Amino acid sequence: MSYNDKVLDHYENPRNVGVLDKNDDRVGTGMVGAPACGDVMRLQIRVNDQGVIDDAKFKTFGCGSAIASSSLVTEWIKGKTLDEALAIKNTQVAEELALPPVKIHCSVLAEDAIKSAIQDYRRKQQAKE
Amino acid sequence: MKLPIYLDYQATTPVDPRVLTAMLPWFTEKFGNPASRSHPYGWEAEQAVETAREQVAALIGADPREIVFTSGATESDNLAITGVARFNRARGDHIITLVTEHKAVLDTCRHLEADEGFRVTYLPVEPSGLVDLQRLAAAITDQTILVSIMAVNNEVGVIQPLAEIGALCRARKVYFHCDAAQGVGKIPLDVDKMNIDLLSISAHKIYGPKGIGALYVRRRPRVRLKALIHGGGHERGMRSGTLSTPLIVGLGAACAFSQQEMPAESRRLLALRQRLYEGITARLTHVGVNGDLEQRVPGNLNLSFGYVEGESLMMAIKDVAVSSGSACTSASLEPSYVLRAMGVGEEMAHTSIRFGLGRQTTDEEVKFVIDKVVTAVEKLRDMSPLWDMVQEGIDPSTVQWSGH
Ligand SMILES: Cc1ncc(COP(=O)(O)O)c(C=O)c1O
Repeated sequence: MSYNDKVLDHYENPRNVGVLDKNDDRVGTGMVGAPACGDVMRLQIRVNDQGVIDDAKFKTFGCGSAIASSSLVTEWIKGKTLDEALAIKNTQVAEELALPPVKIHCSVLAEDAIKSAIQDYRRKQQAKE
Repeated sequence: MKLPIYLDYQATTPVDPRVLTAMLPWFTEKFGNPASRSHPYGWEAEQAVETAREQVAALIGADPREIVFTSGATESDNLAITGVARFNRARGDHIITLVTEHKAVLDTCRHLEADEGFRVTYLPVEPSGLVDLQRLAAAITDQTILVSIMAVNNEVGVIQPLAEIGALCRARKVYFHCDAAQGVGKIPLDVDKMNIDLLSISAHKIYGPKGIGALYVRRRPRVRLKALIHGGGHERGMRSGTLSTPLIVGLGAACAFSQQEMPAESRRLLALRQRLYEGITARLTHVGVNGDLEQRVPGNLNLSFGYVEGESLMMAIKDVAVSSGSACTSASLEPSYVLRAMGVGEEMAHTSIRFGLGRQTTDEEVKFVIDKVVTAVEKLRDMSPLWDMVQEGIDPSTVQWSGH
């Protein structure tokens, strides 16, 4: 399988690889996928007082497209409000990276990871109240 | 050093320049049809074909008259299994094979089941990849006509106990077909000592050209089969079609060189494989060998790198041409059925890489590959949430995953 340049670029120079403190209540952590399916994404967001995502980190076990999809969405969500981030659709990711049909599930996973991280963040906020 | 380094010798091999030299005249000035009996063009071509037949036969301890030329091991497998099944229908309708066979065997069996009412037993394998002989013995019934078990597995390189299987089949009066595409020229094979009745050969796995192979068909006691390709009655009626003299000469030469060089080449490859394995495992933890490491051809090493996905690893080592058992590399989205059948968990099957070493593999290349692999695995583990879990003392296989 040969890859297009955008996937290769994200794969070779992944943006925002890393970890945020999952115990920080400004941080939301989303973990989606399964090792048996060949991909697991962990996406973390940190949200400031204005409700804007001011940092995002990821780690991904998966193929090149899965790594590129998660790297790309960390770039996209930074500076966005939670609602703006929730509006990101997998089709946009797939289009940006020109993913072939067999790799669409990677973009779906990236969208799920955003949702899951935001859900975790909101759950933490509710628990505080 | 030429990049990418080719470590996929189980997929195919380059034509040996000596083989090519032997083939060339048969394309141009010596172009006669080996079946032409009326002039020297035909005679010399026939002579070349018969010499090649002897070279093929010699490599497996057969008589030249027992060699049928085909287009490759896929056709040989089809001819052996379908041909024997159809001819022996009156004797029985049962075939036994292994779940880890090549698709050329498995798919042929599926067709016989679906279209012709044969019954097929697909025997499981041990975690080592090897057949359980007791299970095989127990599976044979009075309806069994054929056992088809490969010599060497294409993914994990394990060598089946052919002599034991052959003895069992002979005692129970069942034909034994062996797909030896990955074994011929790599390990000593003797159709008489091993009681093999039919054996499939492919030239492009042994530094010969693609598109040519052979089927060994035992004469004593005689194995009869129904042809699949009808026409002029070539190859004693078992495979019609004008023989390709250059390809056949290439197969013959490839067999002859493999036979001459097998002992030295095996030792050399074994040392290189050892170096590769030790070089990687000295620097990385959580690396597993898939398949028995002892009962294995020297040129194969199949490793799983825990917590690193196989396809992303292949991208990271793009200067090394290998293949992976990961789903992402195949159209099926399923990880390797061979590894799964050996009980390798799906998560480990996704992390597997097959390193295939061959005639042009050098010490320098192996060193380069070790460095590339170690660096890539370290980089990808740094990016892997599963590796993080392992560092925290959590075993990802005990976690409840949602999947997708
Ligand atoms: C075990 C085995 N059987 C059969 C084949 C098919 O051989 P061929 O390419 O000559 O049809 C291969 C090679 O792909 C193989 O490895």
